[in-house]
Amino acid sequence: MTIDAITAVLLAMLGGAIRVSTPFLFVSLGETITEKAGRINLGLEGTLVMGAMSAYAASLHSGSPWLGVLAAAGAGAVFGLLHGLLASLRRVNDIALGIALMLLGTGLAFYWGKAYIQPQAPTLSAFHLGAWSDSPALRSALDINPLFIAGLLLAFALHWAFANTRIGLTLRLVGDSEAAARAAGAAVIPTRIAATVLGGALAGVGGAFLSLFYPGSWNEGLSNGQGIMAVALVIFARWQPRRCVLAALMFGAAGAIGPALQSVGISSGYYLFNAAPYALTLLLMALTCSRDTSLKGAPGELSLNR
Amino acid sequence: MQDRSRFSRRNFIKAAAAAPALALLPAAVRDAIAAGGITVGFIYVGARDDFGYNQAHAQAAAALKKLPGVKVIEEEKVAETVAVQKSMEAMIVQDKAAVIFATSFGYFDPHVLKVAAKYPKAHIAHCGGMWTEGKHPKNVASYFGYIDECQYLNGVVAGLTSKTGKFGFVAAKPIPQVLRNINAFTMGARSVNPNATTRVIFTGDWAMPVKEAEAANSLLDQGCDVLTCHVDGPKVVVETAERRGAFSCGYHASQAKLAPKGYLTGAEWDWVTPNTTFAKALQEGKPFPNFVRGGLKEGFVKMSPYGAAVGEKARKAADDVKAKMLKGEFVIFKGPLKDNTGKEVIPAGKSFAQQAIELEGMNYLVEGVIGSV
Repeated sequence: MTIDAITAVLLAMLGGAIRVSTPFLFVSLGETITEKAGRINLGLEGTLVMGAMSAYAASLHSGSPWLGVLAAAGAGAVFGLLHGLLASLRRVNDIALGIALMLLGTGLAFYWGKAYIQPQAPTLSAFHLGAWSDSPALRSALDINPLFIAGLLLAFALHWAFANTRIGLTLRLVGDSEAAARAAGAAVIPTRIAATVLGGALAGVGGAFLSLFYPGSWNEGLSNGQGIMAVALVIFARWQPRRCVLAALMFGAAGAIGPALQSVGISSGYYLFNAAPYALTLLLMALTCSRDTSLKGAPGELSLNR
Repeated sequence: MQDRSRFSRRNFIKAAAAAPALALLPAAVRDAIAAGGITVGFIYVGARDDFGYNQAHAQAAAALKKLPGVKVIEEEKVAETVAVQKSMEAMIVQDKAAVIFATSFGYFDPHVLKVAAKYPKAHIAHCGGMWTEGKHPKNVASYFGYIDECQYLNGVVAGLTSKTGKFGFVAAKPIPQVLRNINAFTMGARSVNPNATTRVIFTGDWAMPVKEAEAANSLLDQGCDVLTCHVDGPKVVVETAERRGAFSCGYHASQAKLAPKGYLTGAEWDWVTPNTTFAKALQEGKPFPNFVRGGLKEGFVKMSPYGAAVGEKARKAADDVKAKMLKGEFVIFKGPLKDNTGKEVIPAGKSFAQQAIELEGMNYLVEGVIGSV
């Protein structure tokens, strides 16, 4: 492997980390908020697909991709609200409900999205931070979408808010011990519903990134289970927003390895390289889990723990 | 008692109303058959308007609808699982479909074979499968087109338009049909530029939009200035090339609308020809053909019109080769031909016409392709 080839692969991984990570980042941040309040919403895959479809449709009809992002957040919030309300009923299991909503979300998105497979909607533009470079690879790697930056800022803001604001502390209290939260006078159910709505809205925005920026068009195979992976990344990130960033970037970079190696001519075993993100996740999970520290940081009220 | 009598009266009325209808129905069906009216079913693996594989089939379905006495029923997004068996059975039993076009490669074995064995009077035509005399049932057919001819022409146009001589090919899986397209494209390009190379990236599945975008970007980063692909929906690859100012050659259907600046030309299916052959044979009571193949000459495949970026020289070179193909005088795969590890795969003096069965089992990439199967 020559120096050029190594540089090319590393650059592709950098580019991949920036391009591919955003939907993972938004969905996992959304799920972190929901799970911090003590609920699991497995339906975010459906919300993501629904968000992607609504964003594309709204962008096409209004001509403004940012209105598309707003529409995606709205659609995501509606699905979050549905989950939040239904899961508040007695004896409703939030995990089973999430799976039902995942199927509903993808089904509705495919049904309403039929008309939007063909047309081309205006897509989001990027900041060309690599304009100074001669290398097309570096230039394309540094085409950074504003949503990516928003996601980074959001992660740090959430980290701060969980530790320093009244809302953040209430959210964590509700998620860690319902009894303590009631004793402290916190509104348990409304807080959980609000957290699920916010989580859904963020997942919707993640979907908007898929259909409006990268790969930048709407079709039925768009997500390939990214919403499900992102929910898993939350556990990997130990419910910490800043680690979500790391997990999303790593997942994006690992996904770029397969295509990049083939493009420089290293093509044997590409099935293995294409599986790199999943293999890497498994490996890191195995390495970071031990009997003593497993699920450290998990909110106490999650139905995983009860 | 009151309840039960009302129940039976209702049943009686229902039966009385249904009797004349039942008596009429077979007559109607008989009339339709006498007039040559048939129902044909189409089953697609993805969305009908995907700018790609399924759209090409749906265009043929739309053309069949216009034939007299032909009723078309369609179902999309049918997985290559037991789901397709259920769809086929429903079309045969409920809709009385005379022939079903099962358009996805993975439908054939075991799904099409099972349903065909269960309903020996129904006909199922499968796209791309290998129907073998003696091994497979007589009511099953296989149809396919020699689209590698169009890929060769894509290569000629790309070879004369490119500045770098480097091409990128985003492919799904290394199956014979895909390898044949990659090879034909590369040989076409090298016929006009002997130093041309094609870099191949396999994504692993037919529809992986994010991975296809990653692959397209990696290829462009490596200096490829013409991209083409063999995935179900070429939309992502063509749009990515256009956004980054590169050229593209289309596949399956025309993607010219998606890339007004960089779309050079494309290899398109024309399924109307084989589909009409099957429908006509059944309408006229002729024997059901089992193995139907054709290329440019037979009208199974066609080229997209040249894009604005294609120069006079490239148009002429491609048109010359196309004219020979239309006359049946052009052979793509002939010896001596080496694969990209230097091994001779077709010895000197031997040539395979398009119908050669050896080509349908292709398992190598020719010299000039960077990649491995």
